[in-house]
Amino acid sequence: MKLTRRNLLILSSAGVAATAMGSLPAFASLTDDAIAELTGGAALGEGGVTLTAPEIAENGNTVPIEVDAPGAVAITLFADGNPVPNVATFNFGPLSASRSASTRIRLATTQNVVAVAKMEDGSYQMAKANVKVTIGGCGG
Amino acid sequence: MASGVKPRVKVPKTAAAGETITIKTLISHKMESGQRKDDDGNVIPRSIINRFTADFNGQNVIDVTLEPAISTNPYFQFEATVPESGEFTFTWYDDDGDVYDTSKKIEVA
Repeated sequence: MKLTRRNLLILSSAGVAATAMGSLPAFASLTDDAIAELTGGAALGEGGVTLTAPEIAENGNTVPIEVDAPGAVAITLFADGNPVPNVATFNFGPLSASRSASTRIRLATTQNVVAVAKMEDGSYQMAKANVKVTIGGCGG
Repeated sequence: MASGVKPRVKVPKTAAAGETITIKTLISHKMESGQRKDDDGNVIPRSIINRFTADFNGQNVIDVTLEPAISTNPYFQFEATVPESGEFTFTWYDDDGDVYDTSKKIEVA
């Protein structure tokens, strides 16, 4: 492979990704802790939440995310590769028509985005989506 | 007060009673995450909007808690039920104690 500017860029970004991978477990357990704090250790069901996220995000500073969980009273978003896993909590009021919302979030590196929905009966449902980030957000 | 904060909201002008409408909101705000460093290596202190609420005639539609991982110029899209004519109020709460609000009227035909 000729050492062109383009190749050099690819190599250097791969290097950054590899270093980030090394530190993932610490962040991942932070997310587990944050989720446990939210649910009080209750079991998480799957299937009740739809999390729409791009597979590849070119710019980690604005990643469009959409969540939809019929019958939820609140949805909390986590990003397990960010320095702080919490992203946002949506609490739905009596005039909320559908338990869905979309927003734009920051992702530091390639990672999982997790949505945990608190349902009306007090149970919890979750959904996970992996997002590959080309250029990370959060500065740094 | 953080400079250049301007809320923008898109709500339909009319709706049928009980209809579901989509609301889009955006507020210009730099959302300083508290993770970035300046040229001298000092951490730039966190300065974000930490809460956003939307109400219709005093009844809550959505109440969002924002963390630093929300992008610059926080954008939200959500759906609301409109039982009667009235006014939507949107409120953003800044870390520095400022509160920004805007409202939109909607007619039920």
